[in-house]
Amino acid sequence: MTHAAKETLVVSNLHVSVDGQEILKGVNLEIGRGEIHALMGPNGSGKSTLGYAIMGHPSYEVTSGTIELVDADGTRHDILAMEPDQRARAGVFLAFQRPMSIPGVRLADFLRHAVTNVRNPDRKEGHELMPMRDFRTELKSKMGELSMDTEFARRYVNDGFSGGEMKRAEILQLAMLRPKFAVLDETDSGLDADAVRLASESIARIGGAEMGILIITHHEQLLEHNIPLKTHVMLGGKIVESGGPELAQELHKRGYERIRAAYPEAAAAEKAMEESARAVSV
Amino acid sequence: MSTSTVTPSAPAFDRESFDRLVGASALPEWAIAARRQAFERLESLTLPDRRDENWMRTDLRLFKPKAWGPRPAPIRAGVADEGLLAPAILSGDLASESYADFEAAASPVGPATLGGRFAAVDGHVVRDELDPALAAQGVVFGSSDRLLAAHAELFRPHWFSVIDAGCDWFAALHAAFHAASAVLYVPPRVKIAAPLHVISGISEGGVDTSHVLVVLGEGAEATVLTETAGGGPAGGAGGFHCGGTEIVVGRGGLLRMVNLQNWNTGVWHVARQRALVHENGRLQWTLGALGSRLSQVAQDVALVGRGADAQVNGVMFTEGRQHLVYNTLQHHEAPSCRSDLLYKGALQDRSRLVWRGMIKVDKAAQKTDGYQRNDNLMLSDEARADSIPGLEIEADDVRCTHGATSGRVDAEQIFYAQARGLSADEAARLVVAGFFQQVFDRITIPQVREALARAIGSRIRRIT
Ligand SMILES: Nc1ncnc2c1ncn2[C@@H]1O[C@H](COP(=O)(O)OP(=O)(O)OP(=O)(O)O)[C@@H](O)[C@H]1O
Ligand SMILES: [Mg+2]
Repeated sequence: MTHAAKETLVVSNLHVSVDGQEILKGVNLEIGRGEIHALMGPNGSGKSTLGYAIMGHPSYEVTSGTIELVDADGTRHDILAMEPDQRARAGVFLAFQRPMSIPGVRLADFLRHAVTNVRNPDRKEGHELMPMRDFRTELKSKMGELSMDTEFARRYVNDGFSGGEMKRAEILQLAMLRPKFAVLDETDSGLDADAVRLASESIARIGGAEMGILIITHHEQLLEHNIPLKTHVMLGGKIVESGGPELAQELHKRGYERIRAAYPEAAAAEKAMEESARAVSV
Repeated sequence: MSTSTVTPSAPAFDRESFDRLVGASALPEWAIAARRQAFERLESLTLPDRRDENWMRTDLRLFKPKAWGPRPAPIRAGVADEGLLAPAILSGDLASESYADFEAAASPVGPATLGGRFAAVDGHVVRDELDPALAAQGVVFGSSDRLLAAHAELFRPHWFSVIDAGCDWFAALHAAFHAASAVLYVPPRVKIAAPLHVISGISEGGVDTSHVLVVLGEGAEATVLTETAGGGPAGGAGGFHCGGTEIVVGRGGLLRMVNLQNWNTGVWHVARQRALVHENGRLQWTLGALGSRLSQVAQDVALVGRGADAQVNGVMFTEGRQHLVYNTLQHHEAPSCRSDLLYKGALQDRSRLVWRGMIKVDKAAQKTDGYQRNDNLMLSDEARADSIPGLEIEADDVRCTHGATSGRVDAEQIFYAQARGLSADEAARLVVAGFFQQVFDRITIPQVREALARAIGSRIRRIT
């Protein structure tokens, strides 16, 4: 690897298995802070798996390869050695494709824990939380920017949220936590047309020059205000092609036929994965 | 004051102890007569066995009745200061970490004083106080030994008439040997804001047989907090509590009652509790259970006057090898009454929690609105929870429903919270707190809610 001039998230030759079944078959990806990358690919190609592996989901076993945070001075931090919460505290964020609900826990209380920990990475449980007054002021202003009703913060985390509300709550958390690197896994799905536009603008504003963002999407709108520096195409558990914003447009218009034809090996892997997934579900 | 530990020659619950108790008693003759009757009954009974459906799920094999008896003096008096509720009220510090509470800062923070304090250790009264301002309004509160003779007209009609003193060995033992008991009477239309606090402590190997009787006159209002603390851990001398609680809410009265059982893990806990709620009276009754080795609790509510209302809340947290059994009854004897029971339990380790609930509606109790629900959260694969709801309805115009759920903390929830920077333990505690939120929302005394939440939070270990 070359010496990086800015902080980067570096994924090298990543292999990931679930239940002994290999899903990712050698993924390479490098995202610098301030950069936007788009990750596209057919259903089941392994996009969410990459997000989970970066965040440290215990069901996703990294069998080889590395995921590292590289400081501007070249110091490397192995995030695979970290618990998911340590990764969050190190500045990594995942907006879930399907966020989990936590009944009985108000979004505001949940977020106050999250914000306090992420801003004080050494905080131990039981140490003081961010002062409620400051937290509330910040929360309300962020919710205002996202055109969210502040009543929303009193609701239980994702409990009974509509699909769109969940995604907006994920964006709110992104805005409050201001990570260095964020994977947004289909944050546009479930949003109506106006909400997608708003999300696109919000993400651009939240991200700014500080955040490295990997946008996983099947659509174009989210990329409207977030022009990707690079577009990556995943097929059969591998990134088979990378290009500029025009690649995203092409895939959106024409689908994955050309890709499958150009990368027969990955297309075969895709078939095999589909079959084994079918076998499991039977 | 003796500081010796319990020896095998400690007194048992036998005739010798009984005669000594009666000989030294300050109780009026009618109360002693009730004792005697109970003692005769006790001698005719044996320990309940598993053929009795109330005891079917209770393992008494290791309970040795002869090992227990009245303790001649408090072994460790300081145990009476180890409760959770009095400090929670008196510290005046709600210190809620909740956003909702913060938003609602204008609403009252709750009482910050106690109207009266009663404490017993190993069956001996160590504290007996009532705010003189309340006494001046006619409130009577404190030791039964001191008050039953002086206020027979207030207490005699109810003393051991609300619960059935002869229904089993433990009930009879309690009625025969009760000691260090507390009574409360609130005159009609007197409304007490500051809670009255009763704590029964035991030392390691100690015994408590205390009784509590609460009588609210017409339109009276009060908050009563009772709690237990102490005893030894599992594997040691433990302890034994055989208690009883009687509640009478007069017409249009309002009682908030909290019973927190927080024994150490070696204590046998047997309690029989029953409330009568008269016309338009309201009872909000919360049981918290955190401790004991084995608990067998009967919690009955009888709605005896039209329009009576009872809300029954249960907050249970079990761990280790604890085994808690609750038999509840919501008995609708009069028309147009409402009862609403919500028991929530979280189970850790190899503990076991049993709830058997019954809504009984008499023929006369038309327009009954009865509800019962039990939710359990399993924090380990080895824990076990049984929910057995039941309905027995003789009236035809009623609405009675019940529900029970059992769930686990989902690893995906923990991961989600971890992904937002919460440690796995912190996440687990938050998920469990969320599970209890629904019942906490029903406990209108914020300090009680907070004390329970913290006590539970401190016991949750990493969920695997
Ligand atoms: N926890 C899991 N258990 C079993 N199989 C899994 C699990 N997670 C992912 N897989 C399998 O791995 C493959 C990749 O799934 P993944 O969710 O990463 O796809 P994706 O590219 O995000 O798809 P989509 O566009 O539909 O969201 C699929 O075949 C899927 O069934
Ligand atoms: Mg996906």
